[in-house]
Amino acid sequence: MHFDRTIYGFSAVAVASMLGIAAMCGGCIQSDSKVDPTATVNVEGSSTVFLISQAMANEFEKKSPCKVTVGRSGTGGGYKKFVLRQCDLWNASRPIAEKEKTELQAKGIDWLELEVGIDGISIAVHPKNDWCTELTVGQLRKIWEPDSTVNKWSDLDPKWPDQPIELYGADTDSGTFEYFTEVIVGKKNSSRTKYQAANDDNVLIQGVAGSQYALGYIPYGYCVENKDKIKVIKVSPTVDADEAAAPAVEPTVETILSGEYKPLARPLFVYANVETLKRPEIADFLKFTVSEESQPLVAKRGFVRIPDEKRKEMETRLETALKAASK
Amino acid sequence: MSLHGKIYERRLVWRHRIGLIFEWVCRIATFLSLGILAVLLFSIGRQAFGWLGWGFLTRSNSYEADQAGIMAGLIGSLWLVGLTAIMSVPLGVGAAVYLEEYAKPSRLTKFIQLNISNLAGVPSIVYGILGFTVFVRMFGLRDRPERFTCSLGFAQFSFELPLGRVVLSGACTLTLLSLPVVIIAAQEALRSVPPSLRHASLALGATKWQTVRYQVLPAALPGIMTGVILSLSRAIGETAPLAVLGAAAQLSFAPGRIHSIGDAVQHPSKILQAPFDQFTAIPLQIYGWINEPKAAFEHVAAAGIIVLLIVLLLMNGTAIFIRQRFQKKIRW
Repeated sequence: MHFDRTIYGFSAVAVASMLGIAAMCGGCIQSDSKVDPTATVNVEGSSTVFLISQAMANEFEKKSPCKVTVGRSGTGGGYKKFVLRQCDLWNASRPIAEKEKTELQAKGIDWLELEVGIDGISIAVHPKNDWCTELTVGQLRKIWEPDSTVNKWSDLDPKWPDQPIELYGADTDSGTFEYFTEVIVGKKNSSRTKYQAANDDNVLIQGVAGSQYALGYIPYGYCVENKDKIKVIKVSPTVDADEAAAPAVEPTVETILSGEYKPLARPLFVYANVETLKRPEIADFLKFTVSEESQPLVAKRGFVRIPDEKRKEMETRLETALKAASK
Repeated sequence: MSLHGKIYERRLVWRHRIGLIFEWVCRIATFLSLGILAVLLFSIGRQAFGWLGWGFLTRSNSYEADQAGIMAGLIGSLWLVGLTAIMSVPLGVGAAVYLEEYAKPSRLTKFIQLNISNLAGVPSIVYGILGFTVFVRMFGLRDRPERFTCSLGFAQFSFELPLGRVVLSGACTLTLLSLPVVIIAAQEALRSVPPSLRHASLALGATKWQTVRYQVLPAALPGIMTGVILSLSRAIGETAPLAVLGAAAQLSFAPGRIHSIGDAVQHPSKILQAPFDQFTAIPLQIYGWINEPKAAFEHVAAAGIIVLLIVLLLMNGTAIFIRQRFQKKIRW
């Protein structure tokens, strides 16, 4: 019998503790105060844009009591949190997709798009690779299309070594992958599968630096930081092999900014949920992000800052949205 | 000497030789792991040298390598592990006591047992996905997070439902992750308590509760604690589930904004607020630094790894200390 009593004893404790929790929540009130002493701006998304947002966050916190948290779950991963209203700002290394627009509209989320920088995707080879100094988009497509028959360098050009080509590229969750496949292969997310994929761009650098016959596509910022380990080659926008190739262009700040380096330069975005613009900390952080003052940070992180007219356009766009939100 | 004697002599030499070879194989196996550890420690230590200082421990993450620190990650990890311990110890030990002391062998208990052993082998990222759905999103029951304030008289704190990417979500996920290991370790410890101890206690008129409380649990405590701390040590090093939960990589405050003991004493509500605040953890910070384009961050990552190793060493040290201390007291 004592066995039963034990159980009753336990359930009495359980009931008491449940009542305690209930009593605790009796004191719960839905908060409606606007001033939050622990105000934070939550940013999520692309690991490429992370580098910019992190620098912005560091410098912003030096001027403001508010805190900024930045996540790096990838453009797609960030979107999943943005649509669930679990982050205030969404970093994206590609423009928002139509499918995402409809989903946001269905959820009643209105968004504001701000361009914060430009990233060039560089094509990198090993420094000892002396045969390949430039490629056309057509050749790149031949390498990266889903049923690619290019397995050796000599498949691209008979004069090149009869050696297997080792490929490195971004993994499928990254904005870099989506953008690269869209402009090179011509269809988003359509790529050959036989290549070394990594979401850590340093792994790609190491891979390309480790083999004389390697080729990879890597964000411009990472290549700038590792100039001594890899060689960045020029890209010509010509697709058709029969056409005379347009002059090939090397990715530099100038060529990316002027648009000469194409099609592998892409804008980077921050998307804001318009209903969060009412919060002063978010308004301040966004104002800082598009301000003249913060632009050197973009370059410091290995990206190219947007042209000044474009930045002013972003400023006006933000101002208008903030005014509309405060009404 | 006879022919047989000669063959015996020769074989004896070989038998001894085989014994010696086996001894050396075992010795190499032991020292190989030690050697690998030494190489690892040496290379990381060399990289971290000059980067691991008081400043590194007190600063938070930065985009400039020489300004980066691990404060937010270190305190975040300690909060995570603390809350995980608070939740997983009672649940794990409770389940083990039930399974060992109360449950009668049946198909159901066999099924539960099988499940626990299987869960212990599930990759941690799966727990991350589970935690994201159950704690962070709460199955998407609400379209937008709603904030509640809870007042206890002396202090108040506020939380959101669904919980979002807060310490509590992380701790709950790590609890799920470490529970199977805690249960299995606690069961092993309870099983190693001789049945005669239980019989003696019951024979003297003690109730089942008194037997478990005053005889079995104290005797099994060293084993239980070792298991608990080893599984918590595993939890503190986990990256994947926290990354899936969406814990931030750049974050410059400790949970609850408690940056010193004075903070906690002056504002007790901050302690209540901490589980509902955002966080980052040491392994996440290390992962972030390894991802950085600038080569200087390799040193920062190495310094972070050393901090993680020291925390792990302290936890394992505690486990050994507890085991030694309690084992002395027990005599039967």
